[in-house]
Order: sequence, then structure tokens, then C-alpha cells
Amino acid sequence: MAERCAVIGVGQTHHTKVRDDVSLAGLLREASVRALEDAEMTWRDIDAVVIGTAPDSFEGVMMPELYLADALGAAGKPIMRVHTAGSVGGSTAIVAAHLVQSGVRERVLTVAFEKQSEGDTTWGLSGGRSGGVGAGGYFAPHIRAYIERSKAPEYVGWMVAVKDRKNALKNPYAHLKVPDITLEMVRDSPMVWEPVRRLESCPASDGACAMVLTNEAGGDRAEVPAWVHGTAIRSELGQFPGRDPVNPKGGQDCAADVYAQAGITDPKNDFDVVECYVPFSWYEPMWMENLGFAPIGDGWKMTEEGETEMDGALPVNASGGVLSSNPIGASGMLRFAEAALQVRGLAGEHQIDGVRTALGHAYGGASQFFAMWVLRSTKP
Amino acid sequence: MRPVSIVSFAQSGGRVDVEETETQMLYPVVSEAIERSGIPRQEIGFTCSGSADYLAGAPFAFVGNLEATGAWPPISESHVEMDGAWALYEAWVRLQHGDVDVALVFSSGISSRGNLREVLCLQNDPYYLMPLWADHVSLAALQARAYLDASGAKESDLAEVASRSRRNALSNPNALLSGEQGPDELLAEPYVVSPLRASDCPPVTDGAAAAILVAGDRAREVCDRPAWIRGIDHRIDPHYIGVRDLSRSESARVAAQHAGVGDAPVEVAELAAAFSHEELILREALGLGDEVEINPSGGALVSNPMMVSGLTRIGEAFRQINENGRHRAVGHAASGPCLQQNLVCVLEGD
Repeated sequence: MAERCAVIGVGQTHHTKVRDDVSLAGLLREASVRALEDAEMTWRDIDAVVIGTAPDSFEGVMMPELYLADALGAAGKPIMRVHTAGSVGGSTAIVAAHLVQSGVRERVLTVAFEKQSEGDTTWGLSGGRSGGVGAGGYFAPHIRAYIERSKAPEYVGWMVAVKDRKNALKNPYAHLKVPDITLEMVRDSPMVWEPVRRLESCPASDGACAMVLTNEAGGDRAEVPAWVHGTAIRSELGQFPGRDPVNPKGGQDCAADVYAQAGITDPKNDFDVVECYVPFSWYEPMWMENLGFAPIGDGWKMTEEGETEMDGALPVNASGGVLSSNPIGASGMLRFAEAALQVRGLAGEHQIDGVRTALGHAYGGASQFFAMWVLRSTKP
Repeated sequence: MRPVSIVSFAQSGGRVDVEETETQMLYPVVSEAIERSGIPRQEIGFTCSGSADYLAGAPFAFVGNLEATGAWPPISESHVEMDGAWALYEAWVRLQHGDVDVALVFSSGISSRGNLREVLCLQNDPYYLMPLWADHVSLAALQARAYLDASGAKESDLAEVASRSRRNALSNPNALLSGEQGPDELLAEPYVVSPLRASDCPPVTDGAAAAILVAGDRAREVCDRPAWIRGIDHRIDPHYIGVRDLSRSESARVAAQHAGVGDAPVEVAELAAAFSHEELILREALGLGDEVEINPSGGALVSNPMMVSGLTRIGEAFRQINENGRHRAVGHAASGPCLQQNLVCVLEGD
């Protein structure tokens, strides 16, 4: 590795159902300007731009880096567009980090976004004209399989929903806020895809997230950098006999890879906070097992015992997570960026005390694409 | 920078109205690139691909393409919604880290299933330009006119480019179009959009391509004549054609400068000039003189699979070094209306 990489700027929009006060370009600029201000930089300081978003058909703009080049100050510079399904926000940040770590660029702006209100994402997620079942319909059988295997009580899903929705109240940028949320409210909300209830599901959001990444010299100049200690991506085929979509090998391998890079040997104790891609409540216990935080079959006990609460042993999604804001293409980058905010001590009301090591996690497709990074307040 | 080379390349050949799926079209191409390299599949440390959902007409279309590579045990893999040349760029960056030595790059596109002149309109600003349905051929014609006006070149110069491209394609089995047609014969054709005739425009093409990249000395163990990536860079111009000087390509010029095109003599260049005037604009932007052979394959004017054309140009530049004994070659890729985005890759033999 030629260079160290640090996150020195983070910006995001207020995620909400419809941002009809801004264009697509305006949405990305809002997040980008905030990231640049945080990094104490201007557009001129940026060497390269890497953007990521889910399928182009969600907004109806083909290869949007072409249209967005002007708004992102990219004219005369390199700009790339990553697309790896739901993990894209994470893998986009990783492509940006690699540009720095390779020594090819010094200061990279990376932006991920979705403006769901400009298209019909549920139609898109359902395979367009082929008429599928949408994301919830696709994942529900995996969730049922998890519950069957682990014998987890059904209230565990409700507990995740209540926790993430309470956390979202502390995050000014979060979309869905249910101030008086209770287990009973979640339990009594309509069943959408058995066993997933409405309040256990993510919303459809407009939003963008941006980060400024720099090399070691840039990190040294920054007041509070978050240092990249490891990045990893894994992909596997979405369907074949013998694959386990409940506990995918791609996720296990990705975690093992990034932990090895960062010297993580006891994940549950080594991490101070985790930002994990949980679009439906049950994915918290499922990923806790996949990521090695709990033995197989015991992930739900972490939720039940309050370990993933903000004051628990391993806070998960202090930001409110994907359950509270889901601008699809940006959702993965928000996990990576919230991990950076925690390490930098800049998460505001949802800051966990004394965070030194954080994990950002994203997944996509048929639980087949994974992207992760490990950040620390100290240099690698 | 860590030295990285291309050691093998494979392509489906220019086709149209293919009946198989994109994955089926990719599979033999990816397999051929891997087999030609002689490197066992499991030693590939990074895979990166390029494609566009809108060509397939389905969201997440790229996901199925993973089947063409196999991904078990799970692989380290990424995808750009761009021409495969940018996937190659990402792989080159990844190989700089030092922990991975072999990368697979591939891309695919079936343009014939939709109407490109409609589909590519969606690349335009969705609020102000897209509703005008300004299609890519009409926008290219505006650029051609701007170039002719500014340079003093004539339509016969465009026909010369088209005529030579088709003649070169006679010796390229992968070209979709080829033929012995002189400029006068081509000039007798009607305009598609003035000043462009059909021979000035690329054919709708389906295709796939794949390449294997290797870092360090291992390239010489697996390949008699690897093509070393001496420089690679890409740049973009503003989107709005009203704020650009369409008669030239600033982004191609800057990319070429950073890739080091002018650092030593270039023998041959493969340019992703999908329209005849683009070749003339790119020659100026890259500083390629009359001594440089342009598009011995016939180039994008005779075979232009969207998302694949740029990677193919780099692949053809590789072949010039690997098979034809050339020493220094340039491969170029472009994206967007009126050459908005350009990538330049300088390759050298040992």
C-alpha cells in the first residue's frame, strides 16, 4: 500500500420522503458542500470524484456522472461511477479510498445518493417489467429461515425497530422519526411481508452522503481524521444449490478480510461501535452472527440483552440506521460515514463515548454483495 | 507506480441482434481471456466489470453477469456503470496496493435490444435537456459542424476517415462493418443528420470483451510480450454543450497529457471515435501526428458495442504490441454526448 488514507470530511442531506426543493444535482451538492466545509476545503482542492448510486432507472438518468460533472466541480477532473446494488455506497467509498491508498490521487470527493421520489424504486426493485416481489418480499423468506433456525422470539424484531427508531430521534438528518415508538406499536403495525411488519421496514428516502478522503499528509493536517485501517469487498452468485443466504459466505469472508487488515482478533470487544446495513429489523441479529459478533444462532440474544443499544456493549446503528433513512444508493455510504463521525467524535447527540474503532458495513443484491471498512482514531 | 501489464485480451466480435443473454455472450469471452493468460482462475485477486442497466432495459442487469466469471468461493469484485475501460482503470488502481497481482476486467452490452437514439437521450440533464430528446447522433452532428467550421476541414475529410476505417476492418474479423468504399462513394450517401452520413456514424453493435492484468514480473512468465500500462488517466468536460468549445476535446487533451502520450513517439493509436469527426478532434487533442497509425482495427466506426468499445480499443492496442511487435501504442475510451468524457491509456512492450 503506497499511502495511508483518512476521512477528513463528512456531509449528508436531511433525508426525507420528497426533496422537491432541490434537483438531483442540488441534492448531491448539498451533501458535498457539507463534506467540503467539514474538511475545510473548496471544490478546487479535490483531485477526483467517485460517485455511486443504485440502478439508473431509479431516477431515470443514464450514467448520471455525465450530467452531474458540472455540479460536482468535476470538469477537467476524473470522475467515476460505481454500481454494486445495495452495497454501492460502501463500495463507492472503497473505490475512493483505493484511489488515495494507491497513491494515484491525494484528495478525493466521494458521493452516493438516491432521489427515490423522482422514480418508482419499488417497481425497479421488483425487476421492472418482470414483476418480482420487491426487496422485502425477497428477504422475508431468509428472515423466516433465520427465525426458524435460531428459535428467536418474534419480539426481537420489534426490539430492533424500537431501538433504531429511538436512536433516529438523536440524529437530525434521519428521515423516519416516531417519537413515541413502543414494542406494541411495532407489533400492531401492518404485516407487510410476513414476518416483517411495517415499522420493521426501512422508508423510501431522498438523500445523499459525501466524504472527503485524503492521503496521510492531509490526515495529519486535519483536526480529527478517521484513519482507514482496512477495506474489503466480496461478491457471490445470488442463487445456487448449497448457498446460505441467511449467513452468506461472502459476508463472512469480507469480515475476515477486513478484520485481518485492521488487526481485529476479538470483534465484539475490539469495535466500539458498528454501523450495519439493516433495512429490515431482523437483519441486525442476522448480521451480528455473519460478522462474528455472536455465535451462530445467538445473534438475537445481543438485541434481547440490550447489547446493541447506545449504552450497550456494542452499539449498533446509533444513527438510526437504514431503518430510519434509506436513500438506497447512499445507505451504504451513510454507514461508512457514520462510522467516521463516531471515530472523529462528531456524531453529536448520537455520539458514543470514547469511540476509537468503528465498523462500516453494507450489503446488496440477493445478500450477495458486501463492502466493509474499519476506521480508527489512530493511524494504521 | 507499480508496473502493471495487460497479458491477455478476448472479444466476442462485433455482432448485432444477438439472441443469447448478456451473460451467455460474456461467458466464452471471459473464459478465453483467462485461458489465454494461462493463469488459474482462482489466482485472480480482483475482478471489475463495466455495463449499463439501461442497455439491458432492467435494473441490476449487471448482477447476472457475475455468472460469467463464477464467484465461488466469493470473490473480490466491483462494477462500474461505465465503459469497461474504466473498469480496467479501477483494476489498475487496485493492483497498485501490492496485495493482489492478477485482475480480471470485462464488459458487455447489447445495444440492439433498444433504440439507442432514444436510450442515450437519458444521459442528458434530466430537467433541461432530456425533455428535448436531443439524441446522440444529432448532438454529434452539432459537434461535427462546429469542428468543420473551426478547422476548415471538409466533409470529404470525414469520408476519408470512414473509408479508411472500413478498409482497415477488412483484416479484422471482429469488425461488424468493412469494405472497399472510396470517399467519393461515401459522400454520395444522404445525410443522417447533416453533416453526418451513415458511414460517419457507428453501427448499432452488441459485444463483450475481457482482459487479464498482471502486476510486476509475473507478466513475463505468463506472456511473451506483455503490454505495460505506462500511463492511464481520464477526465471529463462540462455536460452542457453550450459551455464547451465543441470543436476540440479539452478532457481528452488533459487525459493524454497526464497519461504521458507525448513523452515518446507513438506508433499506433486505437481511438474510440464513434463518429468520423471525433477521430480528427481526438488526433489533435492527443497530439498524434500523421506518422501515427490510427485504428488499424477499423475502430468504433465499424464496430461499436456500447460499454465495450473503449475496453476493446485498449485491447486492440494491446494486440498491436503483443501480436504485431509494436513498441508503443495508445488506447482511448470515451463516454457521454460529444466526447464528454475521455480515458487515455499508454501501452509499451518490453
